[in-house]
Amino acid sequence: MQKTFRIGGIHPPANKWSAGKAIVKADIPSQAIVPLAQHIGAPAQALVKKGDKLKVGTLIAKAGGFVSANIHSPVSGAVLKIDESLDASGYKRPAIFIDTEGDEWEEGIDLSSEIRRDCKLSPQEIVAAINQAGIVGMGGATFPTHVKLTPPSGFKAEILIINAVECEPFLTSDHALMLAHGEEILIGTSILMRALGVSKAAIGIESNKPDAIALLSRLAASFEGITVVSLKERYPQGGEKQLIDAIIRRQVKSGALPISAGAVVQNAGTAFAVYEAVQKNKPLVERVVTVTGRGVGNPANYLARIGTPLRQLMEASGVISHPGKIISGGPMMGKAVASAEIPVTKGCSGILILSASESKRKQMRNCIRCAKCVDACPMGLNPTLLMNAAEFAAWDTAESNYAADCIECGSCSYVCPSHRPLLDHIRMAKGKVMEIARSRK
Amino acid sequence: MENKLIISPSPHIHSGDSVERNMYGVLIALVPAFVASLWFFGLGALIVMLASIAFCVAFEYLITKYIMKRESTVSDGSAILTGALLAFNLPSNLPLWIIALGALFAIGVAKMAFGGLGNNIFNPALAGRVFLLISFPAQMTTWPSPGVFPLAYTDGATGATVLSLLNEGASQLPSYTDMLLGRMGGSLGEISAIALLLGLAFMLVRRIITWHIPTSIILTVAAFTGIMYAIDPAGYVNPLVHLLSGGLLLGAIFMATDYVTSPMSKSGMIVFGIGIGIITSVIRLFGSYPEGVSFAILIMNAVTPLINTYFKPTHFGGK
Repeated sequence: MQKTFRIGGIHPPANKWSAGKAIVKADIPSQAIVPLAQHIGAPAQALVKKGDKLKVGTLIAKAGGFVSANIHSPVSGAVLKIDESLDASGYKRPAIFIDTEGDEWEEGIDLSSEIRRDCKLSPQEIVAAINQAGIVGMGGATFPTHVKLTPPSGFKAEILIINAVECEPFLTSDHALMLAHGEEILIGTSILMRALGVSKAAIGIESNKPDAIALLSRLAASFEGITVVSLKERYPQGGEKQLIDAIIRRQVKSGALPISAGAVVQNAGTAFAVYEAVQKNKPLVERVVTVTGRGVGNPANYLARIGTPLRQLMEASGVISHPGKIISGGPMMGKAVASAEIPVTKGCSGILILSASESKRKQMRNCIRCAKCVDACPMGLNPTLLMNAAEFAAWDTAESNYAADCIECGSCSYVCPSHRPLLDHIRMAKGKVMEIARSRK
Repeated sequence: MENKLIISPSPHIHSGDSVERNMYGVLIALVPAFVASLWFFGLGALIVMLASIAFCVAFEYLITKYIMKRESTVSDGSAILTGALLAFNLPSNLPLWIIALGALFAIGVAKMAFGGLGNNIFNPALAGRVFLLISFPAQMTTWPSPGVFPLAYTDGATGATVLSLLNEGASQLPSYTDMLLGRMGGSLGEISAIALLLGLAFMLVRRIITWHIPTSIILTVAAFTGIMYAIDPAGYVNPLVHLLSGGLLLGAIFMATDYVTSPMSKSGMIVFGIGIGIITSVIRLFGSYPEGVSFAILIMNAVTPLINTYFKPTHFGGK
């Protein structure tokens, strides 16, 4: 039997229409909008002002704290302004607007396609290089990578897990990256192992990507300690806790960090970015973005500069004239955005365009207590109970039933035959419970 | 395109499952047992089934429209299902006016008085059946003898059920083959074990229900009556008779698995099933009623909120 996580989970139709399509270089945008908050943690602090001339890779904002990340210019040109700009969160937040001129890169960045395998750097030097390059979790969580490579004292990593699951329906950016840059991902993995001081790494890939499993398994034979694990197709296997459970059969306790189970999880796209940062001195200025859904004629995988407006990629894929929803990310956890003008950010793995008829929710009915949400919840929670608690503002009930453990995967709302907005309510309960817990300290 | 974009929190897709899909799925699962019923009870089975569904749907429509003054919920299929399940628990020669009273109690008292689908504590169809059993014991325990497509409704020959024969101490029981196929006296839907098991298989494959409740009820009854049989083979019958007779399979497969009135966690479902199995066995072996499944399920329905409190889903990462 193939490995998978042990509690809950669903199996939505994969709809990976852009699978097998090679990565296409997207046009460089004529104006890049680079938000200062593209990661979890403190926003970066701008280092440039209006009129400053920039090259691709110039540091334009520095990390605003330990849990934060540097930001580099994704285009060459001049700073137009630093102003508020709408982003995927739905709020207007500070961003650097850059007018593009040409495509001149900072010196010292290796843009050749030559693969550099050897890395003699010390763990500290590797973490410093990653920190400098502004790398964050590329799967969508955008947690700064250098923080994850610096375990709190008392914890020791035993295994590095590379998340190449891509369990969200529709998305294929990691898949495309693995097929195009498998060796670089493996080198990135070995660099991350070196940084963590672990001798083992497992790359988890769902079985719906047999070509990627075959390629990486073959390449991994020449890397010490790296194994490729084929996983049963199941959502949300790409959840950090679910992936650790699937691969090493350990469940991270409620409220604990994954490192307490001895595992550090990094995304496959992150491993590639680490390779480029450490071996090629290239900061994180571009990423692979899947553009897909019923709302586009030509689903595709693009290599796009950070700051590229979503509209540009959507038009390249032949978007319909009146899309119902534009989602940054996948259909289960992605964010519906208010405008097609918002930019691609470090965590944007895909743009999903739904038609108007797909975008509307159905009328909600009474809960019939069928317990399908209970069966689906990968954290072993009772979603309908938590929704009731949220509706009655019974925060103590929400807390004692582990509302704070919700990973917001959406499996409960997905399966509910009464179309109840379970996750909407649980999210609210989770926020409230965490706020109350913080106020106690 | 900007002003027309829809914004809502994730998830943005849905499985397509619906209340209707589950209700009609259970109705499809009832078809084999209903076919067996038509075969052995003929016209009477058809009349009771149609009447029960019609009364349940009509009462729900009238109550939502004129008393609760809400949008009618008839289209969700649950009233049709309650009607079919109530019919399954009635003799096929029951007069129409008694069926109407049963439907009124099931829909009016057990379901709508609590707020409608999802809010009821007791299984409506079973509440209706027990109301009739207590109010009209004679009519509710007179079953037509099984034939092949009999055309009689209320004036045919009548006979006893296996359990009432047992209760009276009779020694001549139908053969196991007859019990499997359903050639015996009994309520509409309870006679054919094979047909009921087909329905179970369908619901399991369509993931309408899980195995936990039916299996735990059946195994508990088998264990309880099996132990008694092992201790005193002369005083008790083979446990297989208990499994194949009366409403045990109907109750375990279709009545106890009602979503609204059964627990939500797997462990809770098993506790619920074991409870039903024990109460059923105790009533059958030691009580004065020959049959105990309906009472057992209703009693455990009442305990369900308590079970939900103490038997929670397995939490990721343990306590």
